[in-house]
Amino acid sequence: MLFLIIKRILLGFITLFIVSIITFVGTEVLPGDACTTYLERQAFGEQLEACYRRLGLNVPAYERYVSWALNAIQGDFGYSLSGEMPIKDVLGPRIKNSLVLASAAIFIGIPIALILGIITALWRDKLPDVAISTVTIFAMTIPEFISATLLILIIAIWLEWLPGIVIVPTDVSFLELLPNIILPVVAIAMIMTAHMARMVRSSVIQVMASEYVQMAILKGVPYWKMVFKHVLPNALLPAINVVALTIAWLLGGVVVTEVVFNYPGLGRLVIESISNRDLPTVQALAIILASIYVSINLLADLLTLMLNPRLKTLQIRK
Amino acid sequence: MKLDNIYKEEKKSTYAKLSEIIITMTSRPSGLIGLSILVFHIILAFISPYIAPHDFKAIDPTLMLQAPSAEYWFGTDDLGRDVFTRTILGGRTALTITFFGSLIALLWGGLLGIFCGLVGGKIDDVVMRIVDAFLSIPWILAMLLIVSLLGTSTEVLIPALGFFYGKGIVRVARAATHDVIAKDFIVSARARGHSNFSIIWNEIIPNVRDAILVEGAMRWSWMLLGFSSLSFLGFGVSPPTPDWGLMISNARGLMSFAYWAVIAPIVGLSSLIIGINLTADAFAKALGIDRSTKAPV
Repeated sequence: MLFLIIKRILLGFITLFIVSIITFVGTEVLPGDACTTYLERQAFGEQLEACYRRLGLNVPAYERYVSWALNAIQGDFGYSLSGEMPIKDVLGPRIKNSLVLASAAIFIGIPIALILGIITALWRDKLPDVAISTVTIFAMTIPEFISATLLILIIAIWLEWLPGIVIVPTDVSFLELLPNIILPVVAIAMIMTAHMARMVRSSVIQVMASEYVQMAILKGVPYWKMVFKHVLPNALLPAINVVALTIAWLLGGVVVTEVVFNYPGLGRLVIESISNRDLPTVQALAIILASIYVSINLLADLLTLMLNPRLKTLQIRK
Repeated sequence: MKLDNIYKEEKKSTYAKLSEIIITMTSRPSGLIGLSILVFHIILAFISPYIAPHDFKAIDPTLMLQAPSAEYWFGTDDLGRDVFTRTILGGRTALTITFFGSLIALLWGGLLGIFCGLVGGKIDDVVMRIVDAFLSIPWILAMLLIVSLLGTSTEVLIPALGFFYGKGIVRVARAATHDVIAKDFIVSARARGHSNFSIIWNEIIPNVRDAILVEGAMRWSWMLLGFSSLSFLGFGVSPPTPDWGLMISNARGLMSFAYWAVIAPIVGLSSLIIGINLTADAFAKALGIDRSTKAPV
């Protein structure tokens, strides 16, 4: 058990190590570098040399990787090239804003997804299931930028209920942020909820068809008691892993949603730093987003392990 | 006698199998709707250059942001271009790029997955670690990096999308291979002295094909989503190419008074994605594969 946990954590670190190499190599082979972008037309001779020396770009790539990795472990990602600010300071408020957005979406999304998933599974192929499933298919498949654009068009422009675009400074207090984030949160939560509801549905249906549930029905266990005591605990366990993967996958969707709403979070920083060729920031973002992905999955694995005694003796499902 | 029957059943022609699958798919309303939408889009993609009423890149300042009329069915955009023409042409780009991208993803992902599942051991471990690492980079960041590295021409976008969306197929193909590899017919093929290549080609591929095809169909819709998100962000195909993502991002700023220019591409893109999704779902059901418990990695 302990061995398995340690093994999973180690594998997570190996994954992050490979990610760091991939992004380092990826950004290394991008045409042009920070100095040519920063100096534009004056990028030659003396000035270029000076810039290389100042940013430490004159040493070989592998040496830069090692020193970058050592600093990154301590949370120091170096300096952003466009703003000439420590990346730490750039990232801090952005991470906070994105966390607010994502956690609001998760806290709204998970309970709704559970309720919808259970309703659709228990009334399988009846009217509630058909109606809800149709809506979830739409919500799930339509790209984030389309649902976000439609939300702005209908709620912000035609009905004029809420602001359509977030115009706030990066370091704003939570209460001031609240009316601004309702639409982005709805846009993200919609897709996430739809995904999770479908997974909960199929998981519950599988358990309902199993032998011990049939047995419980034959023994005359009251329907709702059976649902809450025998079906749900077993149905929701395997859903945890899938939900974790969904949340991690939505990191990409959050990027697009933030751009549509002009929200000052990590996602917009991704676009800005790639457009500006701000490679140190890109590397830092890749590592941070990958760490979020790895830790969400790790957490889900450990949670499943703790809640399910049967898995303790088996190898962790991957 | 009985054995003879079983043999005949196995040897059904590809055509008969295909028509059987299509009949099963269209027997449910969702599959019928999905397949019709997809077929409609594919036909439209082929004939749109011949039926387009206007030139998709003809700019006319006197016709800026006209409301829908008999001449301009879906109105005009901020440069006076016909929105209807651009909408029906928009599907061509998206369908072509994502279709060939999915083919590439299927090929390399499927083959690598089968190979890893069959060989196992050290090679398998290393490859799966790398695939895991790629999976944990958010798709948007990876795609943006690839595109800003290599440019946004079609020749770059197709292999880039194909490469990036194939990594999920590696996992599925590997898992499906693991399921069949312990079966008796593989063991007996080994005992007969078949080579790895022959085992992959004759024994494994026919058995994992369905799972991989279903996964590929699903990837297609995600690839379409990824591709149009890239265009929307300004990292996809470049203007004046008629593309839905690009059209939505251009028309978005003016949508408070020219909503038609944004609604038309939204309907086009949404219906195509829903069509592919419903078709893929029905395809999976027709082949007896349940994929509703899988996460969209």
